[in-house]
Amino acid sequence: MNSLPSKFGPFGGMYVPELLIPALDQLEQEFIKAQNDADFQQEFMDLLKNYAGRPTALTKTRNIVSNPLVTLYLKREDLLHGGAHKTNQVLGQALLTKRMGKTEVIAETGAGQHGTATALACALLGLKARIYMGAKDVERQAPNVFRMRLMGAEVIPVDSGSGTLKDAVNEALRDWSANYEKAHYLLGTAAGPHPFPTIVREFHRMIGEETKAQILAAEGRLPDEVIACVGGGSNAIGMFADFIDDKDVGLVGVEPAGKGIHTHEHGAAIAKGTMGILHGAYTYIMQDEDGQIEESYSVSAGLDYPAVGPEHAFLHYTGRARYESATDDEALAAFQLLAQKEGIIPALESSHALAYALKAAEQATKPTLMVVNLSGRGDKDIAHVQQFLKGAL
Amino acid sequence: MAADRYQAMFSRLAEEQRGAFVPFVMLGDPDKATSIEIISALVDGGADALELGFPFSDPIADGPVIQKAGIRALANKIHQQDCFEILSEIRRRHPQTPIGLLLYSNLVFHTGLDAFYAKAAQAGVDSVLLADVPLREAEIFQQTAQAHNIHHILIAPPNADDEALKQIASQSSGYIYLLGRAGVTGTETAANAPVKAMVDKLSVYKGAPSVIGFGISNPAQVKAAIGDGAAGAIAGSATVKIIEQHLHDVPAMLSALKAFVAEMKSAT
Repeated sequence: MNSLPSKFGPFGGMYVPELLIPALDQLEQEFIKAQNDADFQQEFMDLLKNYAGRPTALTKTRNIVSNPLVTLYLKREDLLHGGAHKTNQVLGQALLTKRMGKTEVIAETGAGQHGTATALACALLGLKARIYMGAKDVERQAPNVFRMRLMGAEVIPVDSGSGTLKDAVNEALRDWSANYEKAHYLLGTAAGPHPFPTIVREFHRMIGEETKAQILAAEGRLPDEVIACVGGGSNAIGMFADFIDDKDVGLVGVEPAGKGIHTHEHGAAIAKGTMGILHGAYTYIMQDEDGQIEESYSVSAGLDYPAVGPEHAFLHYTGRARYESATDDEALAAFQLLAQKEGIIPALESSHALAYALKAAEQATKPTLMVVNLSGRGDKDIAHVQQFLKGAL
Repeated sequence: MAADRYQAMFSRLAEEQRGAFVPFVMLGDPDKATSIEIISALVDGGADALELGFPFSDPIADGPVIQKAGIRALANKIHQQDCFEILSEIRRRHPQTPIGLLLYSNLVFHTGLDAFYAKAAQAGVDSVLLADVPLREAEIFQQTAQAHNIHHILIAPPNADDEALKQIASQSSGYIYLLGRAGVTGTETAANAPVKAMVDKLSVYKGAPSVIGFGISNPAQVKAAIGDGAAGAIAGSATVKIIEQHLHDVPAMLSALKAFVAEMKSAT
């Protein structure tokens, strides 16, 4: 039986083959021990600080918001080693892998950010990494594929299904079910079966903790809203976790609306999905009338996932967090605007959160303090965006 | 179930001092009409019971052969309703053969538990195994299955500890699906679970008969498993592979399937 709660209200759980239960239980036990082990915590903190570059800055924007009532800060996870928040929890899970005496790491990746983070942590800690990536994503994220291979990871293209993140997760789970004795499945987002959503949240919660301390120091008060993009939802849950009990702080997750949530081409599992089971968890998923999982779509590969982490499902269900969406076009506009106005090139994923924040800022009629989690940097997206904008610049 | 078809089957086999051979195929693979003929051929070839899958977009417990079978069925627009219609026809043709479903939980959830099990009972299904529902999440499914007189089958994996095996033995109804090895379905890696030790333990806990599956593809394995005390053996990927190899010649496919089942059955 589980030592930690395996569900968030009705959401989450462990909908996996019986075969994987011992490995998930082992992971849960090792995580609990590690959380109470000063040596583990010290090593994790040391890596976060001296290897990954924490704490990350909280930057007050100067030019991008024109409404004088609004103050907008950016939590700069884009400055973290690896280029995105992903590095935080990967370091934590890589340390857990070693604690469990496992020598191999299996991971899935969409945009390649989690794969890159996994590759770097495994290079550092002497683990053998194999990373599943949808064949389509291998093509559209070539620089990250090279980066992973450069750091010694094996990248395995997945042809089955839609050839994107969801299929990479399937393949990683299949691999794990044959190799759990020597391999850890280093899941990359706050989704999947228990205990992953809890572990991923706890290993990212410093994002919100640092933000809280930094905003209190800078502004002397808590923000009115913290805003983060949501695919599976790891950066958002990391930002939200420490604010959940601060009832006056609005929590806003921004899903990818793709070509519009009225179309079939989006990834807004909360806005348009229904409850069901995918990858081990009961949550909001995109499915057809027969219960087959639908393919999601987003200009940003990191948000292109037809489900959402179960704790977000719960925060939506209880009303504690609000979930909005931003289209490809809105995200691309925010991407360019941040570059032009603040000299920061954000990841396309993070651009979704920013796009919502800018829209909300325009409409604000009273003094409003907002923080956007700038979860990653946009270097990986440059070529892709250049194609979209050809002729415009 | 007016009469329990699994019990009847196991009693008959006990008298014959033989084990069961249970082939698995995907409902609707490659299309509805052919699927009905395929499943009938399995019974005609000597199958003691049937394990039938519902195609699902994300089958995390399946290897390439069964994944492809699901893709073929979905590509031919097989819906849940088609699967139930195939089942009803098979039940009409083969009133005594135990029919088990092996599928993924979202298909059941999406239909609604009560509605799904009601349809399954209506179609003459005897058991349901959910590949992604471990004992820990099973209760609501078990209760609903029971309310519709359908057995809820649990998987006993080789890495389960004694406490888990005890729970599985006491709660799996109809039979226990003994996992032949770690990993996903497929013939690439042969079953290697310590069958005898597991069967002995499960029988100490007075569980239902154990039927072994995963990595079973030839008669020698069937013979060995039954020699070790298993009440039967399931072959999925090996059966589906025959379908895959004969997609353009259905008569040849059906006779190859019959021959395969007869050969596997002869090892019981």
